[in-house]
Amino acid sequence: MAIDSATAQPPPTYVEDAIRAFTIATMFWGCVGFLMGVVIALQLAFPLLNLDLEWTTFGRLRPVHTSAVIFAFGGNALLTTSLYIVQRTCRARLFGGDDMAWFLFWGYQFFIVMAALGYVLGVTQGKEYAEPEWYVDLWLTLVWVLYLVAFGGTLVKREEPHIYVANWFFLAFIITVAILHIGNNLALPVSFGHSRSYGVASGVQDAMIQWWYGHNAVGFFLTAGFLGIMYYLIPKQADRPVYSYRLSIVHFWALIFLYIWAGPHHLHYTALPDWAQTLGMVFSIMLWMPSWGGMINGLMTLSGAWDKLRTDPALRFSVAAVGFYGMSTFEGPVMSIKAVNALSHYTDWTIGHVHSGAMGWVGFITFGAVYFLVPRLWNRPAMYSTRLISWHFWIATLGIVLYITAMWVSGIMQGLMWRATDEFGFLQFSFVETVAAMHPYYVIRALGGIMYLSGALIMAYNMWRTIRGEVEPARASAIPARTVAAE
Amino acid sequence: MEKDAVTGTATTGHEWDGLKELNTPLPRWWLYTFYVTIVFAVVWVALYPALPIWGATGITGWTARGALPAEMERARAANAPIMARINAATLPEIMADPAMRAHAMAGGRAAFAANCTGCHGAGGQGAPGGFPNLADDDWIWGGSLAAIHETIAAGIRNDENPDARNSLMPRFVADGLLTPAEAGDVTEFVLSLTRRATNTAAAERGATLFETNCASCHGDRGEGNRDVGAPRLNDAIWLYGGDRAAIMRSVALGRGGVMPPWSGRLDPAVIKMLAVYIHALGGGEAE
Repeated sequence: MAIDSATAQPPPTYVEDAIRAFTIATMFWGCVGFLMGVVIALQLAFPLLNLDLEWTTFGRLRPVHTSAVIFAFGGNALLTTSLYIVQRTCRARLFGGDDMAWFLFWGYQFFIVMAALGYVLGVTQGKEYAEPEWYVDLWLTLVWVLYLVAFGGTLVKREEPHIYVANWFFLAFIITVAILHIGNNLALPVSFGHSRSYGVASGVQDAMIQWWYGHNAVGFFLTAGFLGIMYYLIPKQADRPVYSYRLSIVHFWALIFLYIWAGPHHLHYTALPDWAQTLGMVFSIMLWMPSWGGMINGLMTLSGAWDKLRTDPALRFSVAAVGFYGMSTFEGPVMSIKAVNALSHYTDWTIGHVHSGAMGWVGFITFGAVYFLVPRLWNRPAMYSTRLISWHFWIATLGIVLYITAMWVSGIMQGLMWRATDEFGFLQFSFVETVAAMHPYYVIRALGGIMYLSGALIMAYNMWRTIRGEVEPARASAIPARTVAAE
Repeated sequence: MEKDAVTGTATTGHEWDGLKELNTPLPRWWLYTFYVTIVFAVVWVALYPALPIWGATGITGWTARGALPAEMERARAANAPIMARINAATLPEIMADPAMRAHAMAGGRAAFAANCTGCHGAGGQGAPGGFPNLADDDWIWGGSLAAIHETIAAGIRNDENPDARNSLMPRFVADGLLTPAEAGDVTEFVLSLTRRATNTAAAERGATLFETNCASCHGDRGEGNRDVGAPRLNDAIWLYGGDRAAIMRSVALGRGGVMPPWSGRLDPAVIKMLAVYIHALGGGEAE
């Protein structure tokens, strides 16, 4: 189809079947992940909801939530968009064709299901965001290397003279995640018939490798990859050129060079040697402007097209996403400063920070991309209902605001209570008193999560009606046909 | 080069799937802020430890290992005079001196929060299952300052401290001292102490059994005995629950709550402060 393309030669037939499946998987796992988030948020507010069953305790469901939103929702979103974008911006059919795309699809879904089953049954290597045991890790390695082959192969056989900026980010994301995944999961299984393994590193070395991985899972999976989406989506939605090619080059290289060093800020005031903590902090601070380069390029690309925000609620998602991205990439360097970290570390402030990035940036840019892609992939004139996109936007935005403000208040209060002393220097609060004080904010946070989930369910409904080829009756005449839009 | 009509900026001349890029220079404020963060990083690295060499520090000489003892020592030194006085004073002397008493109340509260709340609750309210309420006047081993202090210091039914408070509630049914039916009668009698018996005949049979088996510790009318830590049975306060099933279980299988000794774990002055604090929670008794 590639209706928007103004290229002279007819484009090749692109691989699309598996990408359609990836789009549906993105939406499905998104709803699952948000639901799990709501469940564990409610468990924190009302511990009775652990149900006293080993499979449904917070400890087992929490990794189901984090993996479902990061790897299942986020991962499928990245596979959907990267495979769609790389073909079009290279004017080349995907390397490996339909077979490759379908293998990636089923291989990746199999990874997700195997990981989730393990968590619920208590199989975990106990590394945050890298809980799956060795057999799942090996399988993911195979799938990921083939992803690199498919993506890289398409770049190699491209028909365009240059590689588009979105593809730099996707490539950096794919390569670095492979290195992180292998590095952090080096382990020796007890035996080939046993799910348990022991990592090769131990003690503080293990902790450092874990947070080298953990921080760059944020940096390359949730930042670089999604910046790749942003660099294609916003110029497309706004119908404007990217603001600055030079900025995109400088912030790309600065970002990928600096990010990889920042992991030690997760281990401030631990057994990690001082020198590593210092480096983690200063690299995080230097990361501020390289991160904001992406925000500037996203927002400034809208120069001359800001009016589209009034008529295109899907663009609102992308722009709000960039706003949340700017906010959390400023908050991150601030929290990495040791004096600030002394207050914020181990508190809900961290949870709030992660969720402004995850719900605001990753979630919203994905929603924007899916609203953009669904009509194009299924060859429909537009989404079934623009009104429902607006509803989704406002419900989800309010949900995020409730979530992150509750966690700011709760986290800063928690940190202040932990360190509060009287005039003699005695601590003022026991741990359980801080837990009791956080209860109302846990309820508010759960409410924010319920709103965010509701928005996603509205989106899933809208998507289903669109795929069925329907247009909301009352609005049918008001929607300009997408195919008419000239480039 | 092609110029963008809206901004007047040249594009790079490339195009992908209809997407173009402007050749806008780097925003100055962005670039200079980036430089400032780099300068900050360089300065910070000079000031603080940043080299993977053993013992290497920055210009300030600061290390986490160095900072912690210094901070601990500062806090210790600030409280040293009053802590020395508390250490040397008896409990009545602490109570009589406003400065020592205020310090003991504050320090006891902090020590309680860190060491005692897990079992006795943040307000000393206790918890079901044998964790007594410390904020009421129903004491098992005594509610005077001296008695509270001894309980904290030596603990209850532990092997660590030879002076631990010790006593044993027999397992009357499990060890064959009473038949289950007799234990039921005793239970009925205990319920009658708080006017809850429903079977008068059984309660009367139980009264005789109670006198032979229980009264030596719990008293003829269940008034309890603090010398052996035998709780009162004729009030509405129950350590392990006061319904028929819970009392029956206590008679049949015995009870024996354990508390660790805190002498050796906590500073002697801190144990004194804890005694003062717990005594003031609501139920403290005169000597």
